[in-house]
Amino acid sequence: MEIGPKQEILLPVKPRFIAFSLLSGFLLNLLPMGGLLDALRPDFTAMILLYWCIHQPLRIGIGAAWLFGILMDVADGALFGEHALAYSLMAFIALALRRRMSMLQIGHQFTHVTLILLVMQAVVVLTGLVAKNIFVGWTYFLGSVTAGLLWPLLSYLLKLPQRPKPDPDRI
Amino acid sequence: MEHELFSRGPSPAVRLTFFCLLSLLLLVSDAHYNYLKTLRAGIATAIYPLQRAAMIPGEVAGAIGRYTRTQDELVLENAALKSRTLQDSEKLLRYQALQQENIHLRQLFDAKSRVSPPSVMAEILYDERDPFSRKVVVDKGTQAHIAAGSAVIDNQGVIGQVLQVYPLFSEVSLITDKDHPTPVEILRNGLRAIVFGFGSSNLLDLRYMSQNTDIKVGDMLVTSGIDGTFPAGLPVATVLSVDKNPVYAFSRIICKPIAGVNRYRQVLILASTSPPPPPLPDKPEEKQAPKGNRK
Repeated sequence: MEIGPKQEILLPVKPRFIAFSLLSGFLLNLLPMGGLLDALRPDFTAMILLYWCIHQPLRIGIGAAWLFGILMDVADGALFGEHALAYSLMAFIALALRRRMSMLQIGHQFTHVTLILLVMQAVVVLTGLVAKNIFVGWTYFLGSVTAGLLWPLLSYLLKLPQRPKPDPDRI
Repeated sequence: MEHELFSRGPSPAVRLTFFCLLSLLLLVSDAHYNYLKTLRAGIATAIYPLQRAAMIPGEVAGAIGRYTRTQDELVLENAALKSRTLQDSEKLLRYQALQQENIHLRQLFDAKSRVSPPSVMAEILYDERDPFSRKVVVDKGTQAHIAAGSAVIDNQGVIGQVLQVYPLFSEVSLITDKDHPTPVEILRNGLRAIVFGFGSSNLLDLRYMSQNTDIKVGDMLVTSGIDGTFPAGLPVATVLSVDKNPVYAFSRIICKPIAGVNRYRQVLILASTSPPPPPLPDKPEEKQAPKGNRK
């Protein structure tokens, strides 16, 4: 009986690739969109941070998540610390669950990722509620569901550079 | 706690506590004090190139869309614009005559002539993604001599007010932002009031108007100019509905902004010219109590 996804032997990750992926995630978050797309847009920075927290916990952890949270706060014009608090909590959950997360099948990955991102968004919403007394509405949480759906694609893309090149001598 | 062969610094729980406390400290100091303004401006300027880069796909798509428009559409639009210009020019002629008459009358009354403040044209770069507020970012900052507090308008009326200025861009808080106050007067009878943003919807809330106030659906609200931020007489909103429920002390009045608050890209930033109003007297109640200060 197969319990997890196909186990692969991957090449080590280049730190440059991690930095590049996080920066592109940040850029995707800044992309101006309107209407329905904006409601459905997942938090790409959070997703990529989550991925690296699970797969490279020695390189990307709570500190990096906090730093990107601060960047997100400035880019969004939010209060300092809103996203930083949420991202660091998300990184902590990811570090705690990372061993089982990397073994899960796609369907279970969806529920785990969606739930973790929902917790993250709940922290943002709660800080907003306490600090500014504004509730943003339920559609805000749709982004996490999209993130869960996009997760397999994201992990495939982030794994690509670590795939070993096919051996020309092998038949 | 498991023993680790190699030291990896503090445990995740310790790190989480540290960063959570740091975030909370930042949250409180940002919400209540002004210490972090320079830090925010520095980070904002550093990520500005990224934000411009993120806009390139949209701009390219827009350029392609413009390029592929058919001539029919352009001819139709041209015709519509021409008829619009004709209508407007008629209004403009009347307006000029009225302005002359107004200047003359003001001279007669020896009143200060109202000068129109200098204005800077700016373009909206993007809406901020923060779901808690309605703000936009425009492409002019301290380098274009924009100051915080300046009024922002479009060709139809007031859009908002400059909230924070950075070297290359500035943040504009829209009039529909939650609890954003705009001092207005009703054009029909000159009644002064304050209109607030709802935050969630693209509508405005006219608060603190008693049940017997003379206000009707369709009334136009213009800026009163008594705050020193917005010049007087700019259109703000029209009254959409008036709900006079005797259960409440005030009537519930919903207004719709006249300006394209979230439609157009080009806006005009007006420098505020009038000096700030004098500070309120220490004890206004004692002087005004017998008269009954009705506004």
